[in-house]
Amino acid sequence: MTVSMMKSVSTPVRLMAEIGLAREFARRRSRMIMLILAVLAYLVYVFFAFDIPGVAGRMRPENTATLIGDFWSYKTHVTRDLRKESFEVAIEGETKGRYASGTYPDWVHPGPEPVVDLPDGSRVTYTETGAVIDRAGYGRITLAREGRHIRLTLPEGAVAPGGLSASQTRIGLTGPWWRFSITPTRTETFRYQPGWELFFFTLESPFHGKSAGELLALALWEPRLDPARANIVGMLEDIWTNKMWRHGDVIWALGETVLMAFLGTMGAGLIAFPLAFLAASNFTPGRWLRFALRRMFDFFRGVDGLIWTVILSRAFGPGPLTGALAILMTDTGTFGKTFSEALENIDAKETEGVASTGANALQRARFGVVPQVAPVILSQLLYYLESNTRSATVIGALVGGGIGLLLTQAILTQKDWEEVCWYIVLIIGMVMAMDSLSGWLRRRVIKG
Amino acid sequence: MADAALPADEYLALVRRKRLYGAILLLLFVLLMASGFEIADARNAGSFVGGITHVFDFPGEIFSEALRDGRNLPGFVVKFLPSLLETLNIAAVSTLIGGMMAALLAIFSTRGLALWPKGIFLFRRAMDVMRAMPEIVVALVLIFLLGGGPVPAMIAIVVHTAGALGKLFSEVAENADLKPVEGLASVGAGWLARIWFGIGPQVAPNWSSYALLRFEINIRASAILGFVGSGGIGYDLKTALQWGQGKYDQVVAIFLLLFLTIVLVDAVSDRARARLVRGRAGA
Repeated sequence: MTVSMMKSVSTPVRLMAEIGLAREFARRRSRMIMLILAVLAYLVYVFFAFDIPGVAGRMRPENTATLIGDFWSYKTHVTRDLRKESFEVAIEGETKGRYASGTYPDWVHPGPEPVVDLPDGSRVTYTETGAVIDRAGYGRITLAREGRHIRLTLPEGAVAPGGLSASQTRIGLTGPWWRFSITPTRTETFRYQPGWELFFFTLESPFHGKSAGELLALALWEPRLDPARANIVGMLEDIWTNKMWRHGDVIWALGETVLMAFLGTMGAGLIAFPLAFLAASNFTPGRWLRFALRRMFDFFRGVDGLIWTVILSRAFGPGPLTGALAILMTDTGTFGKTFSEALENIDAKETEGVASTGANALQRARFGVVPQVAPVILSQLLYYLESNTRSATVIGALVGGGIGLLLTQAILTQKDWEEVCWYIVLIIGMVMAMDSLSGWLRRRVIKG
Repeated sequence: MADAALPADEYLALVRRKRLYGAILLLLFVLLMASGFEIADARNAGSFVGGITHVFDFPGEIFSEALRDGRNLPGFVVKFLPSLLETLNIAAVSTLIGGMMAALLAIFSTRGLALWPKGIFLFRRAMDVMRAMPEIVVALVLIFLLGGGPVPAMIAIVVHTAGALGKLFSEVAENADLKPVEGLASVGAGWLARIWFGIGPQVAPNWSSYALLRFEINIRASAILGFVGSGGIGYDLKTALQWGQGKYDQVVAIFLLLFLTIVLVDAVSDRARARLVRGRAGA
């Protein structure tokens, strides 16, 4: 009976509550749907504003192939030039990677009619009149120069092989891991190999072509290859001065980038710290000074790193100092703001305690304030040091310093993609190292 | 007597040792700063001392030119508005898409929420690498593949944003209360419903606050990427600078637009973030 009475009393109340709840849910749901629709509409707008269909059309798949292939493989050019009357074997066709005559790799057989062995068993012979290709599983293809044209002779009754491209003045043939081309003045074979070429030693180094075991033996007990220097010293010198990869310059560039971040961040901290006292309401009663300083911090932060970079480059020229100063300018604004907020949040009791011992203003700041704000400020500084290492890479590309510069240069050549890949690996490694270092230091600082 | 003096002696020794460490650290820091400055100065094209007196030359030059041709300025501001919009769009869209990816990555790399707990390590490392990737690396490679325009910049910023926000998001998600998730599971809700209704409302304020902060950062990044050839107002700045003297009024117009935009967005997002976080405290 009581139950039925309670039910009769509570039903209208519960009903009202349920209706209210249902309304609230309906309102929330429609708000959520509106939000999702708005996001979708915006994405559709951007899809057309950025001309995504056009981008898909402009995409250059052959560039992608070059880039991905170059990331992990290299090619050796074997070139005979009739105009220069030369025969050359060179890695990536570069002077820095040219084999001296007599030191060719074992798949090149020099002579009056040089022969090149290819990975699939095919073989190219450079003849007086042109070239002969014995293509594996196909037969002999003869190419002969006739004045300004090239005559192509296929085996009798055979259809044209795959990978053949022919015009009157140029004939090309592509096989697995190789490529061949002939013009009236030039015969060229490219052989592709996996890996990064000459990463440790270039061809002129006596240590080139030695296995890891041989190198170890040379380093530890075998006699000097070059009487002027110990083997281990020679190895390190040759790696450091490697002309192809310029390891020494790259390490310097990485150091420059970290230096820009370090100088910029710490310099900004040093400038912002005293100014923050003047901008904190509990240290500076003058409202106008505080207001002026705050607006100045906003100004330094609002003038983006990009603008500072442009302005400072004019005064200091390109280089790491300009990059460091650009970081310093923006971050002075940021630190001024956050430091003064940290100062306003301190507990006044500690300062009063120090003051009660008869301490002067400087002592009050040193023993009453600094211990309270130091962890906050240090952890801010370390956090920015890490994030500025990344910014310094970008700013370096603009001001011409550090690894950012090397990266842009390598990308602009549009062929040294293996170097680009290496730089990317190094940059990511550098940023991650700075991240763990700053994280470790921050944990230590916060623990005290 | 000796017993009573002992703790004080120990304390003094401790203080002395601490002071010594502090002094050594300070000395090391000063040395690092000084030698670092020397190296940077030596490797720079112009020296600090030689340049410091000329810092205001260039701003003076461009602003005096802009003042002389002051009536052109409003026209240029209007002229560069579409580029500014593009820069803002790049920042907004990459914050949006990067934020969504970050949300997925964060959920997938948080214990108790992940769909495949075995993949947590993998997703965390993926976020670390994406976070370490400076935008310019991705942007320059993509400019080679896709040509100029806003898309390379967008993708580049998305990659970094997904990693950076993913880490912050997962820190928030780790602190979320799992009871609502268990409650939803007990009534038979699927994984998506458990995350959407159980975790979503808990993390929404902090996640939005972080995303807004990212948006501020991404505007700056998008302007810089324009400068290296990826559309937007940065690209206009580069062209205007290349024209050199006589076109400095355009440079000033771009500086002003960029400055005002950043200050405005910072102020609005500051207020919105304060409200988001306070709203959470009130609820």
